[in-house]
Amino acid sequence: MTEQAPRLRLEGISKQFGVVQANDAITLDVQPGEIMCLLGENGAGKSTLMNILYGLVRPDAGEIFLDGSVATIRSPHQAIELGIGMVHQHFMLVPTLTVAENVILATRPLFSLRKLGEAVIRDRGRIERQVEEVAQRYGLRIDAAARVSALSVGEQQRVEIVKALYRGVNLLILDEPTAVLTPQETSELFKTLKQFTAAGLSIILITHKLHEVMAISDRVTVLRDGKVVGRRVTRQTDTHELAELMVGRDVRLTVEKRAAQPGAPALVVEDLTVHGIHGRRLLDHLSLQVAAGEILGVAGVDGNGQRELALAITGILQPDGGAITVEDKALAGATPRQIADAGVRHIPEDRQQMGLILDFSVADNFVLKQFDRLPFTRRGLLQPSAILAYAQRLIGAFDVRTPSPALPVANLSGGNQQKVVLGREIDSNPRVLVAAQPTRGLDVGATEYVHKALLAQRDAGAAILLISTELEEVLALSDRIVVIFEGRVVGEVTGNRANTQKIGLMMAGAHIQEDNNR
Amino acid sequence: MTTVTASRQAGSALWRNVWRNVALPLLAILAALLVGALMLAFSGFDVAAAYGALWSGIFGNARNIGEALLRATPLILVGAGIAIAFRCGIWNIGAEGQFYMGAAAGAFIGLQAGSFSPWLAIPTALLAGALCGGLWAAIAGWLKVRLGLNEVVTTIMLNYIAIGIVGYLVTGPMQEANRYNPQTDEIAATMVLPRLLPGMRVHAGFLLALLLPALASILLFRTPWGFALRAVGFNPVAAQHAGIRVNVQYVLAISLSGALAGVAGTVEVLGVIGRLYENISPGYGFTGIAVSLLAANHPIGAIFSGLLFGALTTGAELMQLTAQIPSSMTFILQGLIIAFLVSFRALQGRVWRRG
Amino acid sequence: MEWLIGLQALLQATVRMAAPLTFTAVGETYGERAGVINIGLEGLMLIGAVTAYAVAFASGNVWLGVLAAGVAAAIFGVLFGVVTITLGANQIVAGAALNLIGLGLSSFIYRAFFGSVTDRAIQPLATVEIPLLNQIPVVGPVLFEQNLLVYAALLLTPLAALVLNRTMLGLALRSVGEHPKATATAGLSVIGLRYAAVAFGGMMAGIGGAYLSVAYANQFVENMVAGRGFIALAIVVFGRWSPLGALWASLLFGFTFALQLRLQAQNIPIAYQFLQILPYVATIVAMILLRGQSAQPKALGVPYTERT
Repeated sequence: MTEQAPRLRLEGISKQFGVVQANDAITLDVQPGEIMCLLGENGAGKSTLMNILYGLVRPDAGEIFLDGSVATIRSPHQAIELGIGMVHQHFMLVPTLTVAENVILATRPLFSLRKLGEAVIRDRGRIERQVEEVAQRYGLRIDAAARVSALSVGEQQRVEIVKALYRGVNLLILDEPTAVLTPQETSELFKTLKQFTAAGLSIILITHKLHEVMAISDRVTVLRDGKVVGRRVTRQTDTHELAELMVGRDVRLTVEKRAAQPGAPALVVEDLTVHGIHGRRLLDHLSLQVAAGEILGVAGVDGNGQRELALAITGILQPDGGAITVEDKALAGATPRQIADAGVRHIPEDRQQMGLILDFSVADNFVLKQFDRLPFTRRGLLQPSAILAYAQRLIGAFDVRTPSPALPVANLSGGNQQKVVLGREIDSNPRVLVAAQPTRGLDVGATEYVHKALLAQRDAGAAILLISTELEEVLALSDRIVVIFEGRVVGEVTGNRANTQKIGLMMAGAHIQEDNNR
Repeated sequence: MTTVTASRQAGSALWRNVWRNVALPLLAILAALLVGALMLAFSGFDVAAAYGALWSGIFGNARNIGEALLRATPLILVGAGIAIAFRCGIWNIGAEGQFYMGAAAGAFIGLQAGSFSPWLAIPTALLAGALCGGLWAAIAGWLKVRLGLNEVVTTIMLNYIAIGIVGYLVTGPMQEANRYNPQTDEIAATMVLPRLLPGMRVHAGFLLALLLPALASILLFRTPWGFALRAVGFNPVAAQHAGIRVNVQYVLAISLSGALAGVAGTVEVLGVIGRLYENISPGYGFTGIAVSLLAANHPIGAIFSGLLFGALTTGAELMQLTAQIPSSMTFILQGLIIAFLVSFRALQGRVWRRG
Repeated sequence: MEWLIGLQALLQATVRMAAPLTFTAVGETYGERAGVINIGLEGLMLIGAVTAYAVAFASGNVWLGVLAAGVAAAIFGVLFGVVTITLGANQIVAGAALNLIGLGLSSFIYRAFFGSVTDRAIQPLATVEIPLLNQIPVVGPVLFEQNLLVYAALLLTPLAALVLNRTMLGLALRSVGEHPKATATAGLSVIGLRYAAVAFGGMMAGIGGAYLSVAYANQFVENMVAGRGFIALAIVVFGRWSPLGALWASLLFGFTFALQLRLQAQNIPIAYQFLQILPYVATIVAMILLRGQSAQPKALGVPYTERT
């Protein structure tokens, strides 16, 4: 009985970056027409492995076999030639170009005297029709003449997929594709993927979401710390076993949380409006309230106004209308400094861009918002010893792992960097805490720490606004949940897992108001 | 330097610092000299004689050393100013124009204030020079923060406008009494900066070139304002989140930068030239960029790199005198030094990647 | 009708003065569209100017001089590329170095080899009249009685626009300046594309400089570019990073240069310095008027590193 060669076989793939062994003798295979999920938490080595497969990274050891024969993949160009396509987590689309231009990029010779006709784009319309035809053949609808910057996130992802299809892919890799989709869009994507596999395409889906693995895959390979720690047939396993494999220990999938004891409203947002370019309303008369001692979760697909909400409350963005009140003090129009002094602290969604100065030391980052005050500045001069002492205290209190507070904060791991931000923001026991994507890019240990810290602040009486695109996180932590869609709050529910479907519908724009039994 | 910011790993921190700030610049200088030598040889010049002249021009005798210090004075001041701007992330390519405005202010007061006590008049002139240079730079800063205009282009345009203004002044309102040459009269004798050492032309301005960078250094590294400035230079977004007023920092940084360049201009007029005319700057604004870069944008480092370039200038003049090598050789060497330095630093950055 | 003739002469001069700016600006447009900003245009133009002059003088053939200028400047453009693309050094600083090197080298070469030459003039580039077209009233002589380099500039621009907007190569260049990672994952070489762009930009700046020495002044004067390289940077911005836009902006600046010379020649009682600074003031004014319409390539000035 002859066995058909697997579409893809990786044998002994290893890659080291500095002291980190990102991939350690990884072996796996993918059959034609199957969906293989590559499961692992942040830092497990999934991205590195796929970058090797796609020719972006050269492995230190190991071999790649495609349909039985050895393949050398030294560049994305070679990967594409071999029929490998990749849909990246952060889209590889040029926003100022049209869909068609993005799709045909690099599919014809750039400079060739013989094929001069191909190198010149003579008939725009014909090319656009061609692109749309390819998409239709696989059941996708796109507008090839549209500018990518005008497309929604879901539409952009479809373009990414069409890019791969146009080049004739037979192994499609998708890197965390559902991070930016509503639950409904996710099921549509999965339907599309099933259609692809019916046509013989092989698919590798990289994810850290257990329920997705169970929903879509045929088999799953679990990575941890760069090694393969388990291979399962999806039908024969469950989320619990996968979670244990993923994390390496018995995992509590839910966070322990006491019942909330909410007090008076501490943060009141009324009719908040922020205009964007072309008159788009990024925030559209948005209203919400957070009481002291409660966590209000803001669920929603990325790009519906979450960023603007956080920036408006913390004073970076000046709203075009509406009011923000903290404990009866009106704050709209105040500077970020004044707002922080009023007890409103912020854990920004991008710690490296917004929360930290990477080239500054850990200590300097701790005092970033009060360096010009006593005791850190006296008579116009900085006081290094006071700064250092403060830093040492916070390092201890928040378990920041660093050899020295004088080292640049860039040296710290993501989790420890977030702890620096956390320490700085909550050491003053804020009245209001705006936490935006607080566990983005963190491993399970750091995530647990952050969640515990947020709950502790809540129990100490802070009003916490939790903005997160990770629905699991919102469900686990929040006492109440509002859903934001196109700059408005479209519904509110209690933080009960039973409401997941309702929340999903609201995230996609349906208006549902649960009758509150409060 | 006593703040808590240091470099990468605890153990090799000092080594990397030394490598980056001392060894690499030296290597860059050597590389530049090497390429320069190849160029001279290719053009048929006697390299040994040329570099020999360069050396004597610098270290030959006491007088030459004095000349080097003299030439270094404006370079140090301009370079220290540029360092401040670069540390804030704002590209001041307009030091040339700011120098001219400072020189004009210095000349104006130098011509008018002869009857006053020099203890009053000279500081006034310096202040005026700083003010004029600072305001000239502030124009570009304001255009950047208010209107979003790229400061690289605006500061360069302002250079040419400043040169034009000075040209107008010396052929018009400030021209010498006999209206013959495009220059002003000589400034009052009491306004001339005293010489420091007998037999040499180096003047009291050199002391300013030692003092002001030291003050700038304290400002940058030991005050909250300097903290804010450096924060903006590294990451304006995070600085804004931290409550720092980024736009204010940009304008202040470039203004201070311009002020130092303005002082350099005033000092040149009061200390050496004694009057104002066109082309008083042989490109100090651009050499200042080289000075700052060589010093890793540190004001005190600018003293050393300014001295180096001052020496280079004196040496190049002697090279022209004795070996007939065009003095524009200095520009080539300056450019090569910058090019090699940024290349080496970039190489080092790629080798010692962020952990 | 005298004023009409005067206007015609002014416009003719405008086109002539615009030519060197056009070459340089179109070249830099390509470079910036690909994501690399080169503020060393002044230095490149000077290198072009001195090379063209030297080779034209030595060989008696002006076109050989222009060719040599393009090659020499292209080489320096590639060296600039090595520092900024391969090594990833800061582009502004590298450009400043290029300016210094160009300034020093051009002066050096001129003084070293021509210092003692007595008769330094070279044969000027002849005006070529295009029959019939030059009979069109007013516009005719302005556009069709120029030298061949001017015609080259006028023809190059639409061609450059065509390549940029309607070929796969142009698409690749546009994409690498907006989103280099996307370009790399599509299978193209970011480095290769950027090198091509800076080499082309260098060559164009060299030809722009060559125009100054062989078609404008008919000799080399130290520092003769007089800030045009920097003006070209501004032109790229006004032209909104398009070759045709660069042409229009160049004509505008050519006009200010021509006007300045004309007013000076007619002894208008304005101090000549104010006329001299007219182009530079015009740059700032135009930047203010056109602000906020940013078509600036997203990845401009950002070194590309292959971080995984």
